[in-house]
Order: sequence, then C-alpha cells, then structure tokens
Amino acid sequence: MPLRDITLDDIESLAVGAWVLGTGGGGSPYLGLLNLRSLYKDGYQVQLMPASELANDDWVAPVSNMGAPLVGQERLSDHRTAARAVDLMERHTGYKFRGIMSLEIGGGNSLQPLMAAAHLKRPVIDSDMMGRAYPEAQMTSVAVGDLKPCPLTTVDVRGLESVVEKVPTWKWMERVSRKICVEYGSTASTCKAPRTGAEVKKWGIHGTTTKAIAIGSAVREAQRRHEDPVAAILSVEPGKILFKGKVVDVERRATEGFLRGRCRFDGMDEYRGSSLELNFQNEWIVAWRDGTPIAMSPDLICVLDSVAGEAVGTETIRYGQRVTVLALPPPPVFLTPKGLQHVGPRAFGYDIEFKSVFA
Amino acid sequence: MRRIGIDVGGTNTDAVLIEDGKVIRAVKAPTSEDVTTGILDSLKSLGSTGALKDKKVDGVMIGTTHFINAVVQRRHLTKVGALRLGMPATSTLPPFCDWPEDLATLVRGGVWMVEGGHEYDGRLFMPLDEAAVTKAAEEMKELGLKSVAISAIFSPLDNTHERRAAELVTKVIPDAVITCSSDLGRIGLLERENAGLLNAALADLSRETIAAFEKSIRDSGIAAPLFITQNDGTVAEASQARRLPVYSFASGATNSMRGAAYLSGLQDAMVIDVGGTTTDVGQLKNGFPREANSVVKVGGVRTLFRMPDLLSIGLGGGSHVQLDPLKVGPLSVGYKLLKDGIAFGGKQLTTTDIAIASGVLSLGDKSKVAHLDAATCKKVFDEAARLSEEAIDRMKTEAGDIKLIAVGGGAFLIPDKMAGVSEVIHVEHGDCANAVGAAIAQVSGECDQIFKDMTRVEAIAAAQGIANDRAVAAGAARDTLSTIESEDMPLAYLPGNSVRVRVRVVGDVAAT
Repeated sequence: MPLRDITLDDIESLAVGAWVLGTGGGGSPYLGLLNLRSLYKDGYQVQLMPASELANDDWVAPVSNMGAPLVGQERLSDHRTAARAVDLMERHTGYKFRGIMSLEIGGGNSLQPLMAAAHLKRPVIDSDMMGRAYPEAQMTSVAVGDLKPCPLTTVDVRGLESVVEKVPTWKWMERVSRKICVEYGSTASTCKAPRTGAEVKKWGIHGTTTKAIAIGSAVREAQRRHEDPVAAILSVEPGKILFKGKVVDVERRATEGFLRGRCRFDGMDEYRGSSLELNFQNEWIVAWRDGTPIAMSPDLICVLDSVAGEAVGTETIRYGQRVTVLALPPPPVFLTPKGLQHVGPRAFGYDIEFKSVFA
Repeated sequence: MRRIGIDVGGTNTDAVLIEDGKVIRAVKAPTSEDVTTGILDSLKSLGSTGALKDKKVDGVMIGTTHFINAVVQRRHLTKVGALRLGMPATSTLPPFCDWPEDLATLVRGGVWMVEGGHEYDGRLFMPLDEAAVTKAAEEMKELGLKSVAISAIFSPLDNTHERRAAELVTKVIPDAVITCSSDLGRIGLLERENAGLLNAALADLSRETIAAFEKSIRDSGIAAPLFITQNDGTVAEASQARRLPVYSFASGATNSMRGAAYLSGLQDAMVIDVGGTTTDVGQLKNGFPREANSVVKVGGVRTLFRMPDLLSIGLGGGSHVQLDPLKVGPLSVGYKLLKDGIAFGGKQLTTTDIAIASGVLSLGDKSKVAHLDAATCKKVFDEAARLSEEAIDRMKTEAGDIKLIAVGGGAFLIPDKMAGVSEVIHVEHGDCANAVGAAIAQVSGECDQIFKDMTRVEAIAAAQGIANDRAVAAGAARDTLSTIESEDMPLAYLPGNSVRVRVRVVGDVAAT
C-alpha cells in the first residue's frame, strides 16, 4: 500500500480518536490540532506511510512531547520544535530519516509526528510504540524488545538542545530525560532513539494512526447525526462495553510525579445495582466490578461521555458524569510474558494475574 | 443598610428595595431596547410606592446581560491591539487563533508578540523586551488603537511583565484602556488571553453603559453609588466594573442563586431557577454558586475565568408541550406566552396552560384548557420533574439527597417531592430572586497559583493571604472577610510537591 495524503479532516478525527486511545491520559490534543490547522492553512501537507513500505536499513525518528500538561497550557506548543528535535538527532547521528513516527498514539503525542513531518517533508509512519498512552519510557513495544534506549534529543522553543548519549536501560532514560525536561521548564520536544526500518517492522504497533482516525471519524459522524457515539466506536473497533454508570466519587493524589487515584461509578441501565471502580496512574489501569478485577492494562480501558462520546480524562473526570466504560484489545506485543513485565498489572503495583477481557 | 437591587433580564427589569435585611418592595418593568429606560422606569416605580421618601440609599446594584449579549450578537465591539509577552514560545498560536472568524475580524486590531514571561516555578522564561513593547505601542498608536489586551506566560503566578508592559504602552498612548490577562486570572494562556481580548473589546460599550446606568440613577433622584454584580455573586464598584466588564457576563443566573440563598436562609443547597424558556440549575456552597473549573465558551470563544457552574436545560413556563408522544420543551413561546398560550387565546400548548388546567395557576381563561384532564396534566408535570431531577443529579458533587430551592417565574413546575432531593423549598419573592441577589452582593478576592516546597496547609494559608489582600483592594472591609472556596490540586510531572491552590474570599462592601 503506497503513501496517502492525510487531510485536515483526518487530523480533526485523529485528535478525537487519539483522545479515546489515550485511555484517560496522554494530554489533550487541542493545541496540536490548532498548530496543524494553521500549518494546513499555510499549505503544508503530511503523508501517511505504512511501515511495510520501509526498507530494513531505513532510519525512522520516533518523536514525542514531554512534560506537564499544565505547563503546556501556558507555553503552548510550537510545530517547529517538534521538527528541531529530529533535526538535532540527524546532526548528531548523521542519519537521514526516511519517516517520522509517534512514540504514543494516545493523546496529544499522536499529533507530534505530523508537525515534525510537515516541516521536514517526510512521511509519518502509520505505527507507534504504545498503541495507547502510558506514563513511562519503558512502557513501550521497543523497550519490551530490549532495543537500545539511546541516544535521545530534547529541545525547547528558546533554542536549548540536549543529547542523552548513553544510558544502560529505559528506566535510566526516563530518569535522565525527565530531569532535563524539568530544567527546561517542564516541557520539551524529544526525538527518541532512532529505529531502523527492520526494527519498526518487527516491534512497531502498526496501523494506529489509521485506527485513531477511524475511531474519531466514527464519533464525529455519530455526533453530527445525533446517534450513539459509543455504538459508532464499536462499529469500527472490536471493543467490549464493561459498564455504564455515573461517577459517584473521585480521589486523586500526586505521587512521584504521577497523578494516581481511583474513580467509582454506580451502574445505570442494565448495570443498575452494580458498581465499578477504576484505578489510575495518569491513565486508567485496572477496572474492578463489585470488587473483582474485570479489566486491566495492557487491555485499553476507555471512559467515554455516554452522550457526547468524547473521552473523559483522569485529570478532569468529575462527579455526576454519565459514562460508558469500554475495553479495546491491546497490542499483542504486550501480551507476552516480557510484555506483561513492562505493562501488566504488576508493573503498576497491583498483585493480580493478568487476564484479558478478550481472552 | 438600604440597597436597591436591579436585574435587567431579557423580558423584565426587576427591582427590589432591601432595608436591614428585609425585602421592602419589589417591582417589575418591561426591559427596554436601550436598557437604561427600563432601569429608570423600575426605579421610578419603586419611588412611586413612597418607600424611598426621605431615605438615604447606600447603593444601587445592577446585574446585566448587556455585555455578554454584545459578544454573542457581535455588536458595539471595540478593535483591540493584542500584545503577548512570551516569545519565542507560543508564536505559532497567536492571539485570536481559536476565535470564530467573524468575531476575530470585528475585534482584531493587530497582533504583536514580544519576548517575556515566566516559568511555572517563578524563574524568568525570557527577560521582557521593553524596546519591542514600546515599538508595538507606537504601531498601535499609528493604527489608532485605544484598547489593548496584554497577556504573558504564567502571568497568574507573576504579573510583573504584564504590568511593566502596560506602563510602557501608557507612555506611548496615554488614554489607552488596557486589560492585563492576570487581572482575569486562571492558568491556561489561550483561554485567559481570550477573556482579556473580549474584555478589551467591550471597553467602549462598558464606559458608555456604566455612564448611562449612573445617569439613570441620578435622573431617578436617588443619590447612591452604582455597583455592578459579577459572575461570582459579588459586586464591583462602577470604576472596576468598567475596567473588567467580562466579570459581569453570567451575573443574572448567579444573582438568582444568591437571592435564593438569602430568601431561604440556606447556605448549602441546590437551586433551580425556572424561567420562561430555560431552567438553570446550580449548587450553592457557603451561599455562593460553585464555579466552573473548566473552559466556558462565550460567543464561540473558549475562555476560563470566574463563571458559575450552571446547567441550563430547555424547560420553563413557556415550554411547548406535545402530548403524543409526550415531549416538554426545549422550544418555548418565550415572551409571547400571554399571547400564544392556549389559555390566552393562542394555539400553542405550554406548561403554563397545563398549570392553569390543573388549578396550580390562576391566569388566563381556564375554560379554554378544560379539555386537559387530570391524568394528562400529571403526565406533563411528571415529565418536567424528570427533566429537573436529572439536571439536579448532574450538578451534584457527591451522592446523597440535597435541599432544593425553587425560584423564578416557572417554579410551579417543581413538585414538592423529587428523587435525590430531601426537601423542596419555595420562597416568598422567589420570582425576583435575581434582583434580591443583586441587592445583597458582597466583594470578593481570589488567588489561583502553584506553590512549591510547602506543606498543603502552608500553601493554602499563603493563597488565603493573597486573596484577602485582593478583596480589600476591590473594596471589601477586611474584618468581614471569610473564605468561601478553597481547592487544591496536586500536579503530576512537576517536581518538589507542587500544588495548585485556588482560594476565594468575600466580605461586605467597606463603608466609605
């Protein structure tokens, strides 16, 4: 399958779909969307390329934005810094990247490669490394594959540039790069360790940009027709409804740089009389129905506004909201014993055996 | 203490006289096209009752939707020079970048972006480029711009760059009207800046309107200072309200809720204000409406500043009623109720007709609605109750039954027993709760910022001190201040136990 143009309408859908795949976190795609609207107005155009088109010795640049969502709301985001992180990596390594890819399709980082790609005139690879959003660097398919975590470049809008040349593990990369990000003012554009075409084909999670566009497009179409947006998502994704209910309690605390907590729901409709609790660490991690775990990472747990169909985040969910809780199937790479070590319930401190909703 | 509260609504201008905490008189006059005639009429009408004879009035408090209507209807707006201090960041998303194009075209007088702003932890993001600010001001002068909106990165935490830029602009354009985004408060550059731009766009209208209000008061023979009621149920002196008109955007609904609290004597309850077309539901906490902590769109523009958290549904005394299948609202006959309703010889069945048929209201010609039997009326009332119950439940912040105060002209739609409600309270003068709310308004101060390396208790105390000082600066008497809202949110990703604290305090208007 050859390259295809990504239209502005695709990007509008991508922003909605990526927020759903953000599983409660990942940051809002709103500022990225505004940047891309502006780029497209100025005549920029981005193309999408399937990973299968890559040659084994091509180089690919995985990009993401790092930092505190709150700082992002003040310093906003600049489409040029996304490109500068990639440019720095090319200068540092001497590679010429064939394409740009997303680290994380869930949330705001879904749009980061499009901004870089627009400036660098390279295609966006239709793959990412999470298939959703996760809070830490080692929670990726490439970390599961024990691929090299370095080098990494970080840039900020003032022209600051750093390269993390060598760290032994993904955990180390998380710690060192986070320190740099904090000094920058808790926001930075990054280019992660470059990947070969062969690595992307083997370890990438494929088709996720297309998937996010399809989900977003289904939701937007349902909204236009005043139809059920949750049913629309299920028409394009093999998901399962876990629960319908209303939020009766939210408890949040910030620990070790993460937003942790739990949210309780009382059942409605056919779930009346039953209750659901969701635990989160930036993203929704485990769902308990009447005390029994029924869904957990790496299965995607998505909370959607029952009427609008838009995703509800862990930072903003509040009492009284009517929601539908959905599970979407996880990327297979996370279902291996090694994958579960990285992103299974025990990686988040829950001493429970992983069991997929889709098993 | 003797105050007059006025609420300028879409249909009526209500006025009440409150003396030593009691409602002495309440009058209604039709709202006039020019707003001020209606105010003058209602003041004259109050005066004609003799209640004001030889008495000193301490203040006239006016609540108006004039400013928000100007934005929604795109009328009477001033061209604005937008000056943002944040380069080299933010430049790809310049001021007005997420405005509806029609409104941006009307308001955008020019955009200037220069270096400046702070970090989340108080460090400088970039030093302020003073030369560039002065150059921008000179270009604005050239273009004849008189209204300027200034925004800077993290200005709610440190407003020194915005203040300094305002000084520099004033040197070049001495009669410039300047809005600093830090005066409007919240974290979120685009939303805060948008509020600032809207505020600046209302500069001329605000000056003219407030002058006209003052003239109405003088012409009515009342010698009392003018106060304008704010979104949060407090008042600002006329001079401050002239400077920050956006703060009065949602004051009508807020006044109703404050009036409901006052008339019922309850500080914590749900309020349902049933009008002709819509019903607003909001929650009173410590006698004030709970605030929206998220983006509020005004005229299509995303903003984030002090606004009450309200849920509006299409239910009211003028709501269309369809019997088969049963549907109540959201369409309404609005101000044509006394002409279009069946009991008044019209053709549209409304909720008021149902109330007349069932004997709840004595209005119009009951024989015209005699065909509506008791079972039919009950079905309609039940549907109105169901819509209200759902709205009430959505506005709750925690489980459990809650007291409900029903006010507004359509309050007859609210039954005495409802799901999730422990008690339904109807109050005397409930139909002019909004004007009562205006009459009793207080002065507030607010602080919303990030504190680092402090315990939660220390951070809240620091925020409280800042909020107190701001309330006093706004005209409150320090010994009457009390905290009515305190909220803290731990921040993921920021190091050093960062916590964002929002505190709001209120006090009585200080004697002058």
